[in-house]
Amino acid sequence: MKRFAGWTLASPATLLVLLGLVAPVAATIYTTFGTPGGPFAPYLAFFGSGFRRTVLLRTINVSLAVTAIALFVGFITAYVVSRAPGWLKSILIIAAVFPLLTGVVVRSFAWLIILGKNGILNSTLINLGLITEPFQMLYTQGSVIVAMVYLFVPLMVLTLVGVLEAIPDDLIQASASLGANSWATFTQVILPLAVPGLIVGAVLVFTGSFTSYATPQLLGGEQVMMMGTLMYQQAMVTFDWVSASTIAAIMVVITIAIVMAMNAAARRLNPMTV
Amino acid sequence: MPTKIHPALIGFTVLVFFFLVGPLVIVLGSALSDTTYLTFPPQGISLRWFQNIFEIDAFRRTILTSLQVAVISTFVALLIGIPASYAMSRYRIQLPGWLSTLFVLPVLVPELVLGFSLLKNLAFQFNAPIFLSLIIGHTILILPYVIRVISASLASFDFSIEEAAISLGSPPLKTFFTVLLPNVRSGVIAAFILAFITSVNDVSISIFLTGPGISTLPIQLLAHMEQFFDPTVASVSVLLMVLTVAVMAIVERTLGLTFLAK
Repeated sequence: MKRFAGWTLASPATLLVLLGLVAPVAATIYTTFGTPGGPFAPYLAFFGSGFRRTVLLRTINVSLAVTAIALFVGFITAYVVSRAPGWLKSILIIAAVFPLLTGVVVRSFAWLIILGKNGILNSTLINLGLITEPFQMLYTQGSVIVAMVYLFVPLMVLTLVGVLEAIPDDLIQASASLGANSWATFTQVILPLAVPGLIVGAVLVFTGSFTSYATPQLLGGEQVMMMGTLMYQQAMVTFDWVSASTIAAIMVVITIAIVMAMNAAARRLNPMTV
Repeated sequence: MPTKIHPALIGFTVLVFFFLVGPLVIVLGSALSDTTYLTFPPQGISLRWFQNIFEIDAFRRTILTSLQVAVISTFVALLIGIPASYAMSRYRIQLPGWLSTLFVLPVLVPELVLGFSLLKNLAFQFNAPIFLSLIIGHTILILPYVIRVISASLASFDFSIEEAAISLGSPPLKTFFTVLLPNVRSGVIAAFILAFITSVNDVSISIFLTGPGISTLPIQLLAHMEQFFDPTVASVSVLLMVLTVAVMAIVERTLGLTFLAK
């Protein structure tokens, strides 16, 4: 009886994930191999279409840009937050958690107000006399990147604060007292110790951007189509479910490959494991 | 002695926090505007756009659906997630290693893919009701959060207390409710809140699982934004922010917010 206690308790959750996630997703991917045109026909069609290749490349480019900016901004911010005195640190963490808990629709909507044709940024620039005609800022790659950076910086900061807090002040002071200037301390002490956190943060941000829907839909529209919006369009507008399933399969493979590669890299690069 | 930080870095961080909080302040300001179009700073202060939310039938319905879905799926996720976390801590040797990988899969598989697959292979194939598919999707989405948070609290639980209770004659279920659950109380609260807010905010799964008469609040917001550019969306956003503040206050009172930064 006791031998099966573990399985008994874990089985409802196990069954739900197997039947509600693994089976349906596997079935979705499976259908892309059973089409009349041959086993790889949908993939050949995907990569054979210039438009879809552009969408895939754009999605990769946007996700890379967002990841790079979020790493840079998040790392500096997290470093300052991690060294802030206790009360200030709590306030700053609250200020980072709050946007994170606010939904993606609300946060993307904020950028619609800011970047719109009659939005805050355009009217400010016109009032200042810097431009005479409103700029087209919405529905550009730039607007998608800005809104996604906004979306993911809090996640990056919160991921890195924990890692950077774990670096003792003594270590930084030891480096200084041994003659390293602050740049050398930064690049040779702090940065290497933060690498595992940077990798986790980068994976979260890249996969999040790569598979996002609401932000590219609202700020990119038809002009800046990404994998998520293309998949939705294929599934729900043109009802081409084989094509949507193919995009789904490509997203799953890329996401899981990146997570596995980064896991391996994190294990190898972590200076704390010998 | 605290480490000295270069003033340029501090200045940069101030700008970043301005960037993080500013847009939300703008949403709040636009919601209060007395105009029929979105504008900031608000022209005239009025709460009429808040009233307008409840005059639009679609918003009333979707707010209700979102709350129902969030409550039910959070409850189900706790109901199956707590025993699963317990089993993985208490009976680790009985269970295969892939089980913990299985429970992080919902985080690895893109939400859009899960949503589409549930539509295609559950709602469409087996004619499952959309509401049921929504509940299944949301429960799977939030299960990893529940299992991670509960497992973290169980990691510091001393199982010998439980054995002591059982050896003194306490039946298993009673032991669970009187010994184990009080010890992981804060974890359960945190899991509940994270799960609830994740469900309420979800777009990528729900976008595929809306049907005639059934939609969730974020999906309705997206639909509304495509047709109108009035302050209604801003005022709904403010309502959601108020919900977030309430949730953060609860977390702060029970656990301290630094809990979320781990």
